[in-house]
Amino acid sequence: MATYLEFIQQNEERDGVRFSWNVWPSSRLEATRMVVPLACLLTPLKERPDLPPVQYEPVLCSRTTCRAILNPLCQVDYRAKLWACNFCFQRNQFPPAYTGISEVNQPAELMPQFSTIEYVIQRGAQSPLIFLYVVDTCLEEDDLQALKESLQMSLSLLPPDALVGLITFGRMVQVHELSCEGISKSYVFRGTKDLTAKQIQDMLGLTKPAMPMQQARPGQPQEQPFVSSRFLQPVHKIDMNLTDLLGELQRDPWPVTQGKRPLRSTGVALSIAVGLLEGTFPNTGARIMLFTGGPPTQGPGMVVGDELKVPIRSWHDIEKDNARFMKKATKHYEMLANRTATNGHCIDIYACALDQTGLLEMKCCANLTGGHMVMGDSFNTSLFKQTFQRIFSKDFNGDFRMAFGATLEVKTSRELKVAGAIGPCVSLNVKGPCVSENELGVGGTSQWKICGLDPTSTLGIYFEVVNQHNAPVPQGGRGAIQFVTQYQHSSTQRRIRVTTIARNWADAQSQLRHIEAAFDQEAAAVLMARLGVFRAESEEGPDVLRWLDRQLIRLCQKFGQYNKEDPTSFRLSDSFSLYPQFMFHLRRSPFLQVFNNSPDESSYYRHHFARQDLTQSLIMIQPILYSYSFHGPPEPVLLDSSSILADRILLMDTFFQIVIYLGETIAQWRKAGYQDMPEYENFKHLLQAPLDDAQEILQARFPMPRYINTEHGGSQARFLLSKVNPSQTHNNLYAWGQETGAPILTDDVSLQVFMDHLKKLAVSSAC
Amino acid sequence: MNVNQSAPPVPPFGQPQPVYPGYHQSSYGGQPGSTAPPTPYGAYNGPVPGYQQTPPPGVSRAPPSSEAPPASTAQAPCGQAAYGQFGQGDVQNGPSSTVQMQRFPGSQPFGSVPLAPVVSQPAVLQPYGPPPTSAQVTAQLAGMQISGAVAPTLPPVGLGYGPPTSLGSASGSSPNSGLYGSYPQGQAPPLSQAQGHLGAQPPQRSAPPQASSFTSPASGGPRMPSMTGPLLPGQSFGGPSVSQPNHVSSPPPQTLPPGTQMTGPPGPPPPMHSSQQPGYQLQQNGSFGPARGPQPNYGSPYPGAPTFGSQPGPPQPLPPKRLDPDAIPSPIQVIEDDRNNRGSEPFVTGVRGQVPPLVTTNFLVKDQGNASPRYIRCTSYNIPCTSDMAKQAQVPLAAVIKPLARLPPEEASPYVVDHGESGPLRCNRCKAYMCPFMQFVEGGRRFQCCFCSCINDVPPQYFQHLDHTGKRVDAYDRPELSLGSYEFLATVDYCKNNKFPSPPAFIFMIDVSYNAIRSGLVRLLCEELKSLLDFLPREGGAEESAIRVGFVTYNKVLHFYNVKSSLAQPQMMVVSDVADMFVPLLDGFLVNVSESRAVITSLLDQIPEMFADTRETETVFAPVIQAGMEALKAAECAGKLFLFHTSLPIAEAPGKLKNRDDRKLINTDKEKTLFQPQTGAYQTLAKECVAQGCCVDLFLFPNQYVDVATLSVVPQLTGGSVYKYACFQVENDQERFLSDLRRDVQKLVGFDAVMRVRTSTGIRAVDFFGAFYMSNTTDVELAGLDGDKTVTVEFKHDDRLNEESGALLQCALLYTSCAGQRRLRIHNLALNCCTQLADLYRNCETDTLINYMAKFAYRGVLNSPVKTVRDTLITQCAQILACYRKNCASPSSAGQLILPECMKLLPVYLNCVLKSDVLQPGAEVTTDDRAYVRQLVTSMDVAETNVFFYPRLLPLTKSPIESATEPPAVRASEERLSNGDIYLLENGLNLFLWVGASVQQGVVQSLFSVSSFSQITSGLSVLPVLDNPLSKKVRGLIDSLRAQRSRYMKLIVVKQEDKLEMLFKHFLVEDKSLSGGASYVDFLCHMHKEIRQLLS
Repeated sequence: MATYLEFIQQNEERDGVRFSWNVWPSSRLEATRMVVPLACLLTPLKERPDLPPVQYEPVLCSRTTCRAILNPLCQVDYRAKLWACNFCFQRNQFPPAYTGISEVNQPAELMPQFSTIEYVIQRGAQSPLIFLYVVDTCLEEDDLQALKESLQMSLSLLPPDALVGLITFGRMVQVHELSCEGISKSYVFRGTKDLTAKQIQDMLGLTKPAMPMQQARPGQPQEQPFVSSRFLQPVHKIDMNLTDLLGELQRDPWPVTQGKRPLRSTGVALSIAVGLLEGTFPNTGARIMLFTGGPPTQGPGMVVGDELKVPIRSWHDIEKDNARFMKKATKHYEMLANRTATNGHCIDIYACALDQTGLLEMKCCANLTGGHMVMGDSFNTSLFKQTFQRIFSKDFNGDFRMAFGATLEVKTSRELKVAGAIGPCVSLNVKGPCVSENELGVGGTSQWKICGLDPTSTLGIYFEVVNQHNAPVPQGGRGAIQFVTQYQHSSTQRRIRVTTIARNWADAQSQLRHIEAAFDQEAAAVLMARLGVFRAESEEGPDVLRWLDRQLIRLCQKFGQYNKEDPTSFRLSDSFSLYPQFMFHLRRSPFLQVFNNSPDESSYYRHHFARQDLTQSLIMIQPILYSYSFHGPPEPVLLDSSSILADRILLMDTFFQIVIYLGETIAQWRKAGYQDMPEYENFKHLLQAPLDDAQEILQARFPMPRYINTEHGGSQARFLLSKVNPSQTHNNLYAWGQETGAPILTDDVSLQVFMDHLKKLAVSSAC
Repeated sequence: MNVNQSAPPVPPFGQPQPVYPGYHQSSYGGQPGSTAPPTPYGAYNGPVPGYQQTPPPGVSRAPPSSEAPPASTAQAPCGQAAYGQFGQGDVQNGPSSTVQMQRFPGSQPFGSVPLAPVVSQPAVLQPYGPPPTSAQVTAQLAGMQISGAVAPTLPPVGLGYGPPTSLGSASGSSPNSGLYGSYPQGQAPPLSQAQGHLGAQPPQRSAPPQASSFTSPASGGPRMPSMTGPLLPGQSFGGPSVSQPNHVSSPPPQTLPPGTQMTGPPGPPPPMHSSQQPGYQLQQNGSFGPARGPQPNYGSPYPGAPTFGSQPGPPQPLPPKRLDPDAIPSPIQVIEDDRNNRGSEPFVTGVRGQVPPLVTTNFLVKDQGNASPRYIRCTSYNIPCTSDMAKQAQVPLAAVIKPLARLPPEEASPYVVDHGESGPLRCNRCKAYMCPFMQFVEGGRRFQCCFCSCINDVPPQYFQHLDHTGKRVDAYDRPELSLGSYEFLATVDYCKNNKFPSPPAFIFMIDVSYNAIRSGLVRLLCEELKSLLDFLPREGGAEESAIRVGFVTYNKVLHFYNVKSSLAQPQMMVVSDVADMFVPLLDGFLVNVSESRAVITSLLDQIPEMFADTRETETVFAPVIQAGMEALKAAECAGKLFLFHTSLPIAEAPGKLKNRDDRKLINTDKEKTLFQPQTGAYQTLAKECVAQGCCVDLFLFPNQYVDVATLSVVPQLTGGSVYKYACFQVENDQERFLSDLRRDVQKLVGFDAVMRVRTSTGIRAVDFFGAFYMSNTTDVELAGLDGDKTVTVEFKHDDRLNEESGALLQCALLYTSCAGQRRLRIHNLALNCCTQLADLYRNCETDTLINYMAKFAYRGVLNSPVKTVRDTLITQCAQILACYRKNCASPSSAGQLILPECMKLLPVYLNCVLKSDVLQPGAEVTTDDRAYVRQLVTSMDVAETNVFFYPRLLPLTKSPIESATEPPAVRASEERLSNGDIYLLENGLNLFLWVGASVQQGVVQSLFSVSSFSQITSGLSVLPVLDNPLSKKVRGLIDSLRAQRSRYMKLIVVKQEDKLEMLFKHFLVEDKSLSGGASYVDFLCHMHKEIRQLLS
């Protein structure tokens, strides 16, 4: 183990875990003084091509309150065939199958390299994956056409035995029956009336008839799951029918008078989708995929009235408490989201419209169930088309990169307790010895449900050190945490992935250096950012910023080296050096700033921020800027206005946008057509290079970013200008007066100013 | 004896007549003279002039000769009807002797009568003569009294009405018998004689008065007058001649009787009489005190009376047992007479207060300012001037209005008048529409409203000069100034939401639950619809119907179909949210048939397949209607729903019903609940439907109780129809259902209609009966209205009427035509007003009266116990007749039942109403049937109620096969059936072919293609198509009967002595019914008793 950096990277690769602290302060008091909580970013299903799953079930600790899984950290007595649980110290007998074990004949879960291991459970019936399309028909003709094509295309991407269903909605909600030949049948629901799951099932005729049959022939229970076969059919069976059906989909036929929005019953449509699955396939992997082209305008969950003259709520309205439908709608969708989560299904939202579509209200549907949220301008854009296609991408094994109905359980050794989690999950409300009383994020439980997962889904999990100061951990003691993720693999297998990690304890007073050196500032920044965003969802923006600032100042006070009241003396060690900069950009990010963003956009950004892994999250916080020039290979440059130079091409990746910006000179050259002249082929290559790189990013990223190709003075250049650190503004332009860089017209403070203030505050004894 | 018995019919009549003459004169003298003779006639004459002036004068002056003929003619028919049976009966029965017998007595009375009174009266009488005679048909029901008295001897009669019998018993036996005897012999003759005499012996008789009096009694009085108008000129003579033939036989006898016999019989009887009477009196002392009084009085003053009494004496012993059915007024006869008398001349409506021919008569109508009787019929065409009179008479004042009645091809449908943008011209105050009765004044610059007397300005574009009579010069160019019925094109102001309506739509809503599928209904229906859709109603010369169609199927949930023409396949949309129904689609639900034909055909092909394996037995109902209504609302049009429904809607949904059929409730105070809807939900729904102009036609195919009372609420309130096919099986009921369906789909309908009846001051419409909804007290709202639907309107006085100006009715119907045109149809009718009750009674229409009373009673069962309703009817009838007896009839023995000529059928018809399934259900009548019938009757017109309550019984083998005309009907009584004949019976809903046990084999063979009676399949519903004259004729007759009725009548072949015969006998309404309904005779006795009680 050379450096902590390597250690961290290694751990991340093996276990999908990044801790804010890699050496843990050994007492509660010290831990709280560390400012940044002990926490980790966990990517439960991190792709591990090198890790074949084992085909047996895990061995559990026999203590009922523990049930930890046998792992490499356990002490094993090979002779006695006993193992000691490293969480509760219970001594357990190995099960009979393990009689043959010895030091040289170890099962995989005891080998250190298998600190993360995946078990395949053979028990239980495997149920096929379910994809339920919920399609808005109040679209423009070309939008609808594009959507129809995407949907038809998607049929070919689905696993052939997957069940697929179709609900369309506009003023009414139609549940299409897929089994029938000849006449196409659909069940229609009023878009203004909320129905209970029971009512929905009654109305869809899903409830009664099976019962008597069942009792008559108890020997054939397998009939049961197919009650709903009328609405959910295996793709391979109704491929053609559904393709035709989708092809025949018409725009919502109800007339929309001038000055009105079409009536769109998104709330009821979702409710029915949820109810349908709830009644027929509870606790099996299912995706409800909502495609909507506008805001819900009627019924429960309506976000805006149908009068066009009343615009949809803005942040301004919300702050003024003027968004009259917001609370009710939010409540409706939250209720749906919770029900969906309870059933282990997930909801994706694909919202494509130029105006807002109500993501603010609907966000919880995706957030709580682990579904995707995609926002675009139109279904007729590659952004949507490719993003949608990418959902069905496959991994190295040819499996879909999606998992369903997962529960994540966290077990900690007794010095630690788990305080909460932030990510696409809901609490399962499982109390236990390792649950902290203090909540950070979604807390009060040791288990969470994550209905939809993909290999990059990442949760922030926050811990609390509970060891008392006067009860020191024995020297060399290690704290352990076990993450147990049970889920339905896309191959429909049930699987359990177990990750067990351990870190050293250190006494913060005597070994602060160790702790400091083991600080993972990137993880810490993301984890703090998640906390901040989590708060921002429920609190006023300024409060969150103030809280973040205070945390930053305290951290600097704690770990900075300075002379009191002497800002110039302030220094931070390497392991902390980037942290303030992250915070600076975080403060300006759309996750915390709502200015210039619609409520929907804010929700969209926050949604993705709360689920991406560390790398992506960092990009979101602090976009990456590459510079291309004739002077050398592309190089990353400071996200600063000074990087905007006339003879450079810039490529900025903000996660949500890829911006290619041609400097003034480059743009002129291009305009002059030099790239087409054979003698300037190198210029052509220069122009091409960022495009290729952008393409690469576009290919890999989900959701697909907005791709912006602009140049100096272009209107779209604002995407770049709003991100860079405004080191040069109209205020200090003359002060700097240099030939480099481009001034940004903003009153925002620059990083420099920010840092100056930070130093001043950090060294002051006032706070 | 035998003779007597057979003859008895004659006698009773004979008696009345004799009585008449005697009383008549007196009464006449009194009544007519004192009351209205001059005036009423004046009135009459007024109108009549054009046509009739000649007759009246003739009547008045030439009482003997001229009058006689008319009278006789009139009589002949009427007489036949009333007495006619005598005539006919005689003929049939053969016994000529009886005839003779009769005449004797008859002659006597006349003889006696004429003496004093006649002379004095003639002048006065004559004018009246005809009318009064007509007015008074006395049927002597001495039997009644007698029966009462005779209790022992006349158990059958007596039994019916307990009290009298007991009373009568003591003295009764002899007197009764006496009476009976006397009547039979004596009565009949007088009539016939009278007629005969009139012709032959006028001189002697001073006949005139008598004649008149006779004639009157003989012929249907009320009609006489009107009849006389038209008839007299041409027909009067023909008439008599015609009638004479009948009499021909009698004349000879007549000659004999007049002098000698007359005197003879009288002589002897008196003693008898006197002897009897005492007995009577004694008996009656207690109860019939008053009766006695009159009798003696009469007896003494008029020798005739005693004579009659005496006459009976001798025969008494023989016939006493039974009141002869032939002696009592016969509907058949009345109908026949009216046909003969009035069927050949067109009925011209120009004259105020004319009584139209009976509904059973085929006649043409010429609109000359009053609405055709096809549109409006009134209970009386002469309205009492004051409410006191009206109350006294108890005759309901009602009009039966059928605003969109179909007309025979010979009559032109109402002209459509377009007044352009200004719309129809109306009175500013009462909003009445321009009509022929409006008076133009001030040289035509203004007009005075005939309803409220308000003076209105004539708009300049409507101005026209008046001629010397004060009529507008253009009166005959403008329908609204010269016709009784016409239409206005409505302007946009008359449209809902001030928007011209879009063409209406038909929505077919088909039950596809298990029962419907299994019975084959769905397949049949879908198959039929494919072709039926080509025949949607269209207006005028339109090539294609403007009506759009939609389809819904349902069981527990509803399935809507998108049949847009651009689709390759129909699309089904299921709505299972039945609690909160809505329409799932707009575009493609209602389509033009020709555009979407392929898709519709495909749909109709697939519906039976799709549900072939259904196991769903539960259905909903209210949501289905709701859905249809919402669909129309969404499409912003009016329309009609055709619902095909099989079972009690027990599925969880609004309007869910439970089986509450409980026969134990019958005859309890709770019986009314069986007729009331179970839940108020349907009323609410109906209200919404009406607001939307959504009419609901319901076809029911129940296998068991479906609660028709509740299910029919919406059809009822929306102006729709209900059809019920119990235990529907495709093989048996296919034709009936399809035929009804075709007719129902094809008929012209008006939508979203509002009807308002305006009246001139003095009366106003107070009550309405029919299939419609009313949200206020004046406007009848009809979501849909077709040519079969009738609204009965009752009027009450709110002020005095004026004899001169009469009373006016204007019925205005605002509706949307099949093509989506908004129109106003106006019907106007002018009635006379009278200050004499006699005029009222003379201008009544019994058929209309029955229509009103039946509807009144059928509505009454919703709120009162059935028994109360029946009693109310009986009481009212008794009051009507008693009032007549008291105020209009000539004084006569209380033992005589004297009926106004116009109402002589009232008892028999009323009895039919009383024993109808609704008011007196038999054991086999289900609750649903009763509710169904109740509902049906509510919107029936006069013709329908007439035949419904008194079915037509046609002998098929009596008349020669060659005769092309319908065979003359016979009375609905088992006695009239001969076991060697075959009969057809129909009442508008049912059609039976009754085969006598000893029908000739040849007949059986040629009709049924089997060799013997025993091989005929009982319950057969189709006659084999055979190529022989009899078969052709019978089948032809059946077809023509069906064509006359608005619903297809399924044929049931009933063999004599077969089980099914019970069913058949149910319709022989003159007989005692199994459910306890009285026979005609019994009822008449009872009625008589009631009347006497009232009089005393």
